Amino acid sequence: MSNVRSTSIMGREFGDRVVLALVIIFALIMLAPVLWVIGLSLKANAELMADTNSVFRTPYTVMNYFNILANSSVFRWILNSLIVSTGLTIGTLVLCSLAGYGFARLNFPGRDILFVVVLLGLAVPEQAVLIARHQIFGILKLHNTYQGLILPGLSAPFGVFLMTQYFRAIPKELDEAALLDNASRFKIFWKVLLPLTVPAQATLGIFTFLWSWNDYFWPLISGTKNTMFTLTVGMASTQTNFAQSEGLGFLMAQAIFAGAPILVLYLFFQKYIVTAVSGAAVR
Amino acid sequence: MAEAVVSSQVGRSSRALTAQKAPPANINASQWRNALFIAPYLFFFATMLVFPLIWGIWLSFHKADTFGVGKFVGIANYVRLFSDKIFLQSVGNTFYFVLLTVPVLALLGLFLALALNRQTRSAAFLRAAFFSSSVLSVTIVTLIWRIVFIPDFGLLATIYGWFGLPGPAFLSSPDLSMIAIAIATIWWCIGLPMMLYLSALQQIPGEIYEAAALDNANRWQTFRSITLPSIKRTFILVVLIQVVMQFQLFGQARLMTQGGPNNTSKPIVMYIYDVAFKRWDLGMGAAASEVLFVLILIAAMAQFLLTRKRGEN
Repeated sequence: MSNVRSTSIMGREFGDRVVLALVIIFALIMLAPVLWVIGLSLKANAELMADTNSVFRTPYTVMNYFNILANSSVFRWILNSLIVSTGLTIGTLVLCSLAGYGFARLNFPGRDILFVVVLLGLAVPEQAVLIARHQIFGILKLHNTYQGLILPGLSAPFGVFLMTQYFRAIPKELDEAALLDNASRFKIFWKVLLPLTVPAQATLGIFTFLWSWNDYFWPLISGTKNTMFTLTVGMASTQTNFAQSEGLGFLMAQAIFAGAPILVLYLFFQKYIVTAVSGAAVR
Repeated sequence: MAEAVVSSQVGRSSRALTAQKAPPANINASQWRNALFIAPYLFFFATMLVFPLIWGIWLSFHKADTFGVGKFVGIANYVRLFSDKIFLQSVGNTFYFVLLTVPVLALLGLFLALALNRQTRSAAFLRAAFFSSSVLSVTIVTLIWRIVFIPDFGLLATIYGWFGLPGPAFLSSPDLSMIAIAIATIWWCIGLPMMLYLSALQQIPGEIYEAAALDNANRWQTFRSITLPSIKRTFILVVLIQVVMQFQLFGQARLMTQGGPNNTSKPIVMYIYDVAFKRWDLGMGAAASEVLFVLILIAAMAQFLLTRKRGEN
């Protein structure tokens, strides 16, 4: 008996060490590219062209970052991304809160079928609607406008699903009580229930913002003018003549410059982002 | 908030008093005007999703370019599509890519979740680190990984150089380009499977493990008879989410290899992009989109059926 236990403890310690070693190796693989990029971004382009091993030696410089600030396009792209992502986030929160309340609490003819139809929308990949949507937006002259970049995202069914689930979880006694006080449906929604959904709003808001900020395909085909690029598309456009034209250090500084704010946002809102992403998947 | 709670208590008692007299609250009645809450969203759902979806199907049976929609051509677009070697190659490439990425994501994600499912500060830090890459945009991910893979200046070339070896040209070799894209994708996407497994693991009651420990079950037995059955559903979920996601590979291929060399790393979505938005052959692009849609629907149906079965057992 004691024999069995001691071998199992031995096995446990050995197993733990193997697991720990593997986790450390994977963590290094995760971090190495980022450290490499940070290193390159702090070196002068000319020095890197001669030998990338120079990354391990002084001198370091922040000139590449100053050069970004001199490139006015980047700020325009950041502004575009901010406008599009903020607009889409606010729009999504408004539409999905209203719809979530409607689906969860109110009754109207065809409600349940409609809800199923909206949920089926989750199964439609973006590519199945992109070409037709591109034509429609062309006819409506919405390409290269902020509306054109924002409007398609407002149709995403995920937020409706999330908010409906959240409204359903709130005890019904709350609205019934308010109803006896002769409150209107909208007043119940606005005054009684909406304040209770703040955690879901935060989750949905951050998820939508991140999704929109990182979206690549639609902004690529709709916002085709340099001045209407989002940061994601704009950064992609500078990558075409990799290394030769702009210099490695400069490109890497761009990557860090564009990635850092999102990573900071992630660290601040980690809890909500993880909930949103897991929720998006479990749907 | 406090007001609401108070009024709910008041409401409950007054409801009890008036229960016999008052008719059921008319808020439960089915009324058209209740649909007003749904209407704004439904407008966008109908115009931005349903309508383009139907138009897209319609478009795939027509000859269409930038100047407008031409005549009905039946299944000609589909016939052209399936006789295009590059399209067939892109379908093959996409399946190859899914095979390269999904098993690794599903298993590595499970391993990380099991290893990091503990309350220590270092585990929390590592969880955040493994998930952090997921919040980056595809542009940044490809920028980082191209600088790892490119010859002469890349991180891998530098490491090969330390051993006096010439680094392989990962992105311009027909055999390696898709593998390089797969590695970058795994690096980018590993956070989500890990998080899904972690939330499944945290739902297993601790008492079960305590009981197993009392029975002297070893680690492998505990894993096989407790952990594994509890996360089976999550495993299927992870695999199918990843299949659907990786089927839609686009940005990484476009930015890392431009689909090359010789179309060996061109996925279906990039084929759609080239046909529809570079050659402006919209009808054929729409046909290719519908093929992709059907492939994804099959994967989604498989998910639905598999999880249904589990639920019934």
